[in-house]
Amino acid sequence: MSEALSHVVIVGAGHAGGSAAAFLRQYGFEGPITLIGEEPIPPYQRPPLSKAWLKGEADADALALKPESFYAENGVDLRLNSRVDRIDPAAKTVHLTDGNSVSYDFLILATGARARTLNAPGADLYGVMALPTAADAEMLKAALGPGKSLAVIGGGYIGLEAAASARALGAEAVVIEVQPRVLARVACETLSTFFQDYHRARGVRFELNVGVNGFEGADGRVTGVKLSDGRTLACDAALVGIGALPNEELAKAAGLTCADGVVVDLSSRTSDPSIFAIGDVSRRPAPLYERDVRLESVANALEQAKQVASVIAGRPVAPPEVTWNWSDQYDLKLQIAGLAVDADEILVRGDPASAKFAVFHLKDGQVRAVEAVNAAPEFMAGRQLIASRRTVARDKLADTTVSMKEVAA
Amino acid sequence: MAKITYIEHNGTEHTIEVKPGLSVMEGAVKNNVPGIDADCGGACACATCHVYVDDAWQAKTGEKTAMEESMLDFAEGVEPNSRLSCQIKVTDALDGLIVRLPESQH
Ligand SMILES: Cc1cc2nc3c(=O)[nH]c(=O)nc-3n(C[C@H](O)[C@H](O)[C@H](O)COP(=O)(O)OP(=O)(O)OC[C@H]3O[C@@H](n4cnc5c(N)ncnc54)[C@H](O)[C@@H]3O)c2cc1C
Ligand code: FES
Repeated sequence: MSEALSHVVIVGAGHAGGSAAAFLRQYGFEGPITLIGEEPIPPYQRPPLSKAWLKGEADADALALKPESFYAENGVDLRLNSRVDRIDPAAKTVHLTDGNSVSYDFLILATGARARTLNAPGADLYGVMALPTAADAEMLKAALGPGKSLAVIGGGYIGLEAAASARALGAEAVVIEVQPRVLARVACETLSTFFQDYHRARGVRFELNVGVNGFEGADGRVTGVKLSDGRTLACDAALVGIGALPNEELAKAAGLTCADGVVVDLSSRTSDPSIFAIGDVSRRPAPLYERDVRLESVANALEQAKQVASVIAGRPVAPPEVTWNWSDQYDLKLQIAGLAVDADEILVRGDPASAKFAVFHLKDGQVRAVEAVNAAPEFMAGRQLIASRRTVARDKLADTTVSMKEVAA
Repeated sequence: MAKITYIEHNGTEHTIEVKPGLSVMEGAVKNNVPGIDADCGGACACATCHVYVDDAWQAKTGEKTAMEESMLDFAEGVEPNSRLSCQIKVTDALDGLIVRLPESQH
């Protein structure tokens, strides 16, 4: 096979990039692989940064995607602290900020997404942070503990996880959300209400329907958050979790088609046949939902890493998976499958008051998405139902005395 | 340290010294044993760290939580000795443990 000794260059040594290198070797690709990342440490997993790791239940070693020896042992030239600042698609070369350049036969862009920043006075004070990297998370962890207080700006999953972790560490936590409810963009009202109540019962305060005008500080450190209604809330640290933007500038400058994410096909190929884009930076087809989406999840990063590794190693690309995600808060495990879009009916199975229930999003009687709280059978069976596009019996689905095995049978 | 033997579906054996405190899943992933995907990194959310525990060791690996039980219920190729390896904590008592890996985790 002529592609066997191609040189693969991966830009971005995160979850997607690191996994792509590993899958290439697992699938028998023997050509040289260069993995270039701007962070100082080898690829690691971000999900624990707001969960187990933040609470001190997992150490730095546990974050690593692979042991450090993996890269050398598998002939992966891992270049850390290296940033690519230009792609020359005609010459098939990437240029690094340190003046070096590397040529490629196949290029994989896995540059991820960066936290959206809050353009407000005081946002540059020490203690105002986002949570995309291990370095940021280290700063947050140091700021938490008994007697400290954390202000979380933005009531998304990562913000809520951080609030739960702060409480576990004995710190106060307040979540500030401009919408009338948390998780407004990603979850239905039942789930939002459930999470708000659960957090409130564990001492988290909520400031809803209010924006943030800026931050107050002393000696360069944040001391408070200024709200749009004129109040100021005291805090020792402020976590800004208001979404992420794809790191697509390199791709744009190289002339690749981008639309809030580098546009790719079902094998993760961009508009340039030698260039692929995977993970948070890509906008990919979601055939079950007849649309293109930009997903920020480990499952998506791994699926796309497998797609590109398959193409380069000459294997058939697996059919698209039902996308999924999870969140850990206190003793709650939330598992989400599918995309909650276009639903014409929402069905709740189980009782939220028991902290064990699932919300099914249906369209034309088919399951499109499920959000399962401490409800693994609903999540697992829900994935199968979403994939099969079968019409479900609503009465059975709503009846917890009928097992999910039977519902999905 | 606990010596753990991971046997791939094709019969390849990997015997590894694993530090107590890690999970059986981490013991494999940190030592490049193929066959355990562990997509969720040990959060008991994905069921891609499925292993079969050798009969002699079943009692020592502890009880399954309800969560693990129901995740396994829907995984492929499940047997009575199936476990999610991220939910088995390595202790000195597990020195000599043998686990077999399924053909595929997906
Ligand atoms: C706190 C937190 C909690 C999360 N929790 C969950 C969860 O529970 N479940 C879930 O499924 N997902 C979760 N996610 C999302 C998940 O971590 C991401 O979807 C995943 O990391 C995406 O992988 P990636 O490789 O695309 O991006 P990243 O892992 O972000 O990697 C991109 C890398 O590229 C580097 N890079 C960017 N530009 C350049 C350049 N020009 N040159 C060199 N290097 C560059 C970046 O520095 C970075 O290291 C969470 C994310 C965060 C931040
Ligand atoms: S690693 Fe995901 S369930 Fe064990």
